[in-house]
Amino acid sequence: MQLTAKQRTRVDWFLTILRVAALVLIGAGLVAFVAQVVDSNNPFARWANPDAINLTGRQFRDLVVAGLAQGAMYGLIALGYSMVYGVLGFINFAHGEVFMIGAVTGAITSSKLAEAGAWEDNFVLCLLLVVVLSMVVCTITAVIMERVAYRPLRGKPRLIPLITSIGVSFFLQNFILVLLGPGTKTYPRMPEWLTEKRTFLEIQGTRLLVLAAAAVAMVGLWYLVERTKTGKAMRAVAEDAEIASLMGIDVNRVIVKTFAVGGAMAGVAGILWGLLFNSVLHTAGFLPGIKAFSAAVVGGIGNLGGSMAGGLTIGVAESLGPLVILEPLGVSGPSQLRDAVAFSVLIIVLLVRPSGIFGERLPSEERT
Amino acid sequence: MSSPPMLEIAGLHVVFGGLHALSDLDFAVEEGEIVAVIGPNGAGKTTFFNVVSGMVKPTQGQIYFEGRSLLGLDPNKITARGIARTFQNVRLFANMTVLENVMVSQHCRTRQRMLDALLYTSRFRREEEQVRARGKEVLGFFGTRLTGYRFDQPASVLSYANRRRLEIARAMATSPKLLLLDEPVAGMNPVESAELTQLIGKLRDEMGYTIVLIEHDMSVVRDISDRVVVLDHGEAIARGTYAEVSADPQVIEAYLGRAADGN
Amino acid sequence: MTAVADPMAASTGDTVPETVRRRRVLDQNWRELLKVGAILMVGQVFIALSGMPVSFDRRLIIDPILSLGYLSLLWLPLVVGYAVGREQALEGMMAYTKGGREVLAGAITGVLGNLGLTLLVVGITHFDIRDPLVNWSPQLLELLEFEQSVWFGALIWLGIGAATGAAGGGLHWVGARNRRTVITVIAAVSSAAVLESVITDLAQGFHIEAVANWLYAPKRGLTSPAAAVVAGATILAVNAISALRARAAHRLVSAAEASPTESGSTRGGRLSPRRLAGFALTVAAVIVLPLFLGRLTNELLANVGLFILLALGLNIIVGLAGILDLGYVAFFAVGGYSVAVLTSPGSPRFSPEMPWIGALFIAMLLAGLVGLFIGAPVIRMRGDYLAVVTLGFGEIIRILLLSDWLSGTFNGAQGIINIPGVEIFGLTTVRGFEPRSVLYLVLFFCAIAIYVSWRLENSRIGRAWMAIREDESVAEAMGVDTVSAKLMAFVTGAVLGSFSGAILSAKVGSIFPHSFAIIVSIVILVVVIFGGMGNIAGVIAGAAVLIGVLGGPNQPGLLQEFAEFKILIYGALLVWMMLQRSEGLIPSVRRARELHTDELNQDAWLRAQADEADDASNPGVLDGQGPRP
Repeated sequence: MQLTAKQRTRVDWFLTILRVAALVLIGAGLVAFVAQVVDSNNPFARWANPDAINLTGRQFRDLVVAGLAQGAMYGLIALGYSMVYGVLGFINFAHGEVFMIGAVTGAITSSKLAEAGAWEDNFVLCLLLVVVLSMVVCTITAVIMERVAYRPLRGKPRLIPLITSIGVSFFLQNFILVLLGPGTKTYPRMPEWLTEKRTFLEIQGTRLLVLAAAAVAMVGLWYLVERTKTGKAMRAVAEDAEIASLMGIDVNRVIVKTFAVGGAMAGVAGILWGLLFNSVLHTAGFLPGIKAFSAAVVGGIGNLGGSMAGGLTIGVAESLGPLVILEPLGVSGPSQLRDAVAFSVLIIVLLVRPSGIFGERLPSEERT
Repeated sequence: MSSPPMLEIAGLHVVFGGLHALSDLDFAVEEGEIVAVIGPNGAGKTTFFNVVSGMVKPTQGQIYFEGRSLLGLDPNKITARGIARTFQNVRLFANMTVLENVMVSQHCRTRQRMLDALLYTSRFRREEEQVRARGKEVLGFFGTRLTGYRFDQPASVLSYANRRRLEIARAMATSPKLLLLDEPVAGMNPVESAELTQLIGKLRDEMGYTIVLIEHDMSVVRDISDRVVVLDHGEAIARGTYAEVSADPQVIEAYLGRAADGN
Repeated sequence: MTAVADPMAASTGDTVPETVRRRRVLDQNWRELLKVGAILMVGQVFIALSGMPVSFDRRLIIDPILSLGYLSLLWLPLVVGYAVGREQALEGMMAYTKGGREVLAGAITGVLGNLGLTLLVVGITHFDIRDPLVNWSPQLLELLEFEQSVWFGALIWLGIGAATGAAGGGLHWVGARNRRTVITVIAAVSSAAVLESVITDLAQGFHIEAVANWLYAPKRGLTSPAAAVVAGATILAVNAISALRARAAHRLVSAAEASPTESGSTRGGRLSPRRLAGFALTVAAVIVLPLFLGRLTNELLANVGLFILLALGLNIIVGLAGILDLGYVAFFAVGGYSVAVLTSPGSPRFSPEMPWIGALFIAMLLAGLVGLFIGAPVIRMRGDYLAVVTLGFGEIIRILLLSDWLSGTFNGAQGIINIPGVEIFGLTTVRGFEPRSVLYLVLFFCAIAIYVSWRLENSRIGRAWMAIREDESVAEAMGVDTVSAKLMAFVTGAVLGSFSGAILSAKVGSIFPHSFAIIVSIVILVVVIFGGMGNIAGVIAGAAVLIGVLGGPNQPGLLQEFAEFKILIYGALLVWMMLQRSEGLIPSVRRARELHTDELNQDAWLRAQADEADDASNPGVLDGQGPRP
């Protein structure tokens, strides 16, 4: 962009070394992986990690699909972070907890439905009901959260609502803990026709369902933001809240709607978590929340399509990264490092391209 | 004429996303001058200060200070070279005391290490004393307005005019050679404004600073500036003494033409 | 609270002539009452269903009368009853005399709120939804019914609601001064009850067990006569102190009138003789007291001290330099694990079995390096990104410590055990089973941390940090090298954090990755914020109150019953602090000035005036000195 080269300080050199080292490590891992796949006796492969399991094509594909499914879930959560960041300019840490509340709502309602015998007989209808309920509960949670904790802080320095949201996050987590107890909340068994591997590329049905649901939610959101009056108001407030209010837009209403829509998306994501993992704990929201925020940053915060893409990136990276990059490099027990990989993606992206892969869309004064 | 000017700017361009905030600006300031930069709102005056103080990187062009290029230097390095500035929308360290405000801006002129502070060495004590004394000295430049019990008051309780004065004091405390003052009398009443104008003259005559100031108040510009540069749409449309510039038809158009549009 | 959300509605709605200063009792803002009552109802039902009443029931505050369990259901109506009568006095608005109207408002909200408990009693008797709601239990029903019948339980709560709500509203009626007295008495009695184990311990140390025996029913809180005596003593103390305060305020004001331009600038890191004397006394007390304390209290204080150390370190990063570091636990972990690996004979790959002090120096060095390594990539980021990335770094370090990959060095989830104690020049060994020696060790390092914070705050680097906190780009334009100043903040904070980890290793004798979860960072942050960012005394007080009473993330506090609720409370506290008073418990002098500026003096003066106005009706407590308006 700029013609003038910046004089480099020691910190800049250090950062450059870090960037290069990260990229070299990733590259070396990939090369080692490819070397193994091509010929497991090749000297480079043996030098890198002789014990590495050679992934079969099928395992590789399963990993990708699992990553995509989980990434779609992250993407849905990331939308909430991204929209709130776009409109209010702060990270709503507690958004992950909204997602967890969705998953818990789903667990409770679906097991009640299973007790009543409806889950097995009428799965599709029940699932729809559970999704809608979870969306409603999450929307209400998000709106109350905005009203109680964030609205009074409008206009304060951005770190203040951020710290508040950390408090809200731990409050909600433990709110669920003390009300519902420390036990795991489980989903009832999914019907067999869903869990078996479908003939279509032999992908597990649940994962297909998760991807499809995420796609539907995404399209709905896209329609809302790009094609309705509400969406236009949201975009206007995201661009410049003050001017939007001068144009007759009720900024408070728009912010509430933003939280509501983000909450609804988190509600859908909560059910997807239930479908993928079958059980949920009160702590289930925090890490996915942070990863989803990472996804929003990776995709470019404020950019809705970017959020979904970032989610998929993080999902695939944490699913593939350990086995494709870390294991060939000689890391033992790489699957334990999934979370570390997800965080590393965030750090590397921020080091290499601070405005995210797809570019951020922020109000004018946030841009630097 | 033999020695290079104190500040020399050649072919400076600044582009923000397609908008030319400054285009092809040439500019020079000789040591001991007071140069006023004027122009309608949005003409690029503050951008010009931002570029010189290193807060905005130019898209193209050269900036020399005392014959050495400033390009690519961080703002703190530029301050260390001897350029200090004030801000149009007063930006003091509001929650620090008046004295701390002028003490912190001596950062680049002091050398104490953390270890000195921890061990409370004599070097540390001596330097703290000096920093404090120098801080009181620059505050004393404005009479008793910023001294006495004001030393320990947070900057946020000061009156608007006093905040402007403290901004100048804070810039002076960095021991600069060149002072960039961004609308120093904005928001002051005529008496305060006249008094500050006189002080700015003293800054040059007695303290030996070279001064570039942005100002909308033409009486101030007339009273103290040796030369005036007029910016419009990021371009220098006129330069010369106040009398020359104020008679320039292009300048009149830039101001009045704009005003006519406004109606 | 929301009670004051709409002050205009209260004033615009009524058409009372302006001369009437006291409103009619029935002249209420009914919609507001209904709203607040509904919120209170939700709150009360949540508290009941959270399990607090049942699990606190065995902890008594005043021996036969009041348990912490019932207290948990009583305090909210009282507070809300008070809040609903509060009005923001805006300029140009009529200020009304408070009275029966406020009492009624409080009573109504109290009844509405406790209607929730009534419904709960009826609900638990008729339905069973224990499946999702674990505390929808017969025990809760029993407690709510006072072991009587359903109808008794259902009705008594309405009565209790009316009484507590009315009491809350009544606080408006009694005047500011009595209100303060009542609140102080409540605080004094409850803290006396909470401090039972410490005071008993102390009494044993001084061989005056009789006092403790008289004060407390064994393990059951204050005895009723003791509670009465504590209350009485508090009332006397409050009166005496407010009299002294009033005198001081008068003196201050008249001094200010005499010489309006007193020259200041005595600051800069030096203490006045009076503060120095107070400081010396505190130090002496801190050194002597542990000798008279028992194991439990010393252990508790050692935990508090560890968190003081951590909080002081984070205070440099967050409070002074304004960098929101959510991964501070990383430095704690680095300190702990370095010492563990270097001193323990049981560390797997590398076990030089160094003495603790040598290991400490290496731990400091490593922590400093980790500080640089984490700091360098993040310092150029936006403040909020920085928060998430540091949090990520903290997690990465914990995951790595836990992983099989590095288990050759750190032993994964099994952790490192058999860490020897601290040998001090062959004189004595500090071990976990001697809490007193640990406490002295902790105190020594706290002293170092306090000294470091205090010296740095009033130095070149400290001023640079504050300037960065205020406005980073201006700080840079004023010649502050922000990058290196911020890095120094990270490194200093990291080194202070590593002290705490090193002590923890030696104290516990073993170390596990799960001690270094995110929640530790968050609790330290709450301590710093609760105590007042950037303020050393506040941070110490914050740690003492929070960690001492509620406990740390893995350490019990005085109220061990709170164990499962403490993170809930920490979360709520953080939100409340941010909403109500972002300056913290004890605002630092600096922050107090920035937030209330001149008003502090004015406040003291006004309060003295108000107290005197109160006294006009009952002279004798204070013989009205000083100027009168």
